[in-house]
Amino acid sequence: MALTVAGLVMGGISLPAVALTGGIWLISLWFEWLRPPPPEQPIHIAEKPDLDAVARAAMQAAIEPVGVPLMLTDSARIFAANSAARLALGAHVTGQDARVALRHPDAVRLLDMAEGGTLTLRGLTGTRTLWQMTREALPGEAGAGLWLIELRDRTAEADMGRAHTDFVANASHELRTPLSSVIGYVETLAENPGGYDAATMARFLGTVLREARRMDSLVSDLMSLSQLEAEKHDAPTGHVDLAAVAARVAGEFAHERRVKFERPDAVIAVAGDTRQLEQLVRNLVDNALKYADGEKPVTVTVALRTGGRNAVLAVADQGPGIAPEHLPHLTRRFYRTDPGRSRAAGGTGLGLAIVKHIVERHRGTLDIASTLGEGTTVTVTLPLIAGEL
Amino acid sequence: MVAEHTVKAFDEDITRLRGLIGEMGGLAEVAIGEAMDALVKGSDALAQAVIARDKRIDALEQDIDQLTVRIIALRAPMADDLREVIASLKIAGMVERVGDYAKNIAKRSGGIKERAQFEPLTLLPAMAEIASGMIHDVLTAYAARDAQAAMAVIECDAKVDAFYDSVFRNLVSHMMENPSTISSAAELLFVARSLERIGDHATNIAEMVYFAATGEYLGDRKDA
Repeated sequence: MALTVAGLVMGGISLPAVALTGGIWLISLWFEWLRPPPPEQPIHIAEKPDLDAVARAAMQAAIEPVGVPLMLTDSARIFAANSAARLALGAHVTGQDARVALRHPDAVRLLDMAEGGTLTLRGLTGTRTLWQMTREALPGEAGAGLWLIELRDRTAEADMGRAHTDFVANASHELRTPLSSVIGYVETLAENPGGYDAATMARFLGTVLREARRMDSLVSDLMSLSQLEAEKHDAPTGHVDLAAVAARVAGEFAHERRVKFERPDAVIAVAGDTRQLEQLVRNLVDNALKYADGEKPVTVTVALRTGGRNAVLAVADQGPGIAPEHLPHLTRRFYRTDPGRSRAAGGTGLGLAIVKHIVERHRGTLDIASTLGEGTTVTVTLPLIAGEL
Repeated sequence: MVAEHTVKAFDEDITRLRGLIGEMGGLAEVAIGEAMDALVKGSDALAQAVIARDKRIDALEQDIDQLTVRIIALRAPMADDLREVIASLKIAGMVERVGDYAKNIAKRSGGIKERAQFEPLTLLPAMAEIASGMIHDVLTAYAARDAQAAMAVIECDAKVDAFYDSVFRNLVSHMMENPSTISSAAELLFVARSLERIGDHATNIAEMVYFAATGEYLGDRKDA
């Protein structure tokens, strides 16, 4: 070895080069030594696929996109619930006893029954909610012992039924209030045959007359509302110049000296019912005058929507404005933002409900924009008669 | 999917226990609503139905008692399983009390005279709605094992307490102005008291739900 090295050195190859080569060889050995052993391959034992779990996952996937709450139960436990069910009852229902998820005594009764069925649950997800629950056994041998529970939200339908009874109750209440006044004052007058002094008599009779007129306007409003409801599906056929109608109504309020009317020169022809459109403008102007401060002007504008095929009627006041939380309810019958004030002003509570019905019958849109402290603008958009421009 | 317990039998027992609590809670919740309906409308039949239904709540409590004893004896649960079982036992006791208060309200509905003209009667349904809403929410929190939802229920109790104060003052001034209605108004005072206690029990249940979920006790509230 030494000889070889010596010979190589002699042969002209330098010692450092040999040392380097040797070193690299040693290092390579060292690397091979230290290389981590390859990880042990995990031992695969062919697992038996859990058919039950696969089937249940498939059922979960099948009910997931359904819009109504659906749940699948085995003996007692909910093993699958779709997104609608998780939304209605909470994300925790899967894997729970169905009685924990539903809890309502009637629902528990239905769960305990040997056979399926349908019943109505009041207050399942909160007071005043109404759900219809159906429990049905899954068909076939594979479905033995499995049940499908379906929930349907009937709250909105119940609300509609309630809205009807509420309307009757409200209307009776609104009629009885002025009637009690009339009866009270007339009774007072009748009980004192000697009579009162002229001033008192005038005041009493004035009140009776005012209350009687209020009842009269309420009854006529109720009648127009019911007529509007009856014909709401028939589009009006007459040709009406909206600008002329608005001008006429603004003229009726001329004595108020607060109504400013702006109109274009052209005729704005819409398909409509003159009487109803008059009533629409009258109700809007009347509201604006009633609720805005005494001196502030009310602006009625009729215009063509630029580039569009619509006529726009806007009634703007500079009153106190309406709080945003009231806006969605304004067209409800007898809805009042401030009951005391609007009754004192002599409103029937039906004005905007009538406006809404008229707009709907004319296939238009109603928009109420309001800023507290600045005023309210009611905008009605009606389609123009094609080819009139 | 909720992870199932390794010991299947234990898992079934716990599920059954929770189911019984759910059923019991649902009964109590409906009982509050119906007792208030009976009170406001003066329906004796409805009041009797509430009183009769309370027996079922009592029977369920007994079932839960037996089941928890059996679970503890046979399965010797540990950690969160033990908390769950203990909490369920205590919650069952509280729900049973809530049912009793509802029964109490139903019993008092006969003692109100001249309902139509009795204006303080209109104060209580809103209070009952909050109280039964608390029971509903706390049972949902129990079902979901949700500590945060339980905390939210506890915060609600202040509303019921404030309601109780205002109803109390209102009723006392009504009694002073209309001495003829004192007996009816006194009945309503007890009803308001029952509703206030229902709110307190909902709070206690919420504390147990919190304990079962987290293993920590909520500190005693100042106004408890």
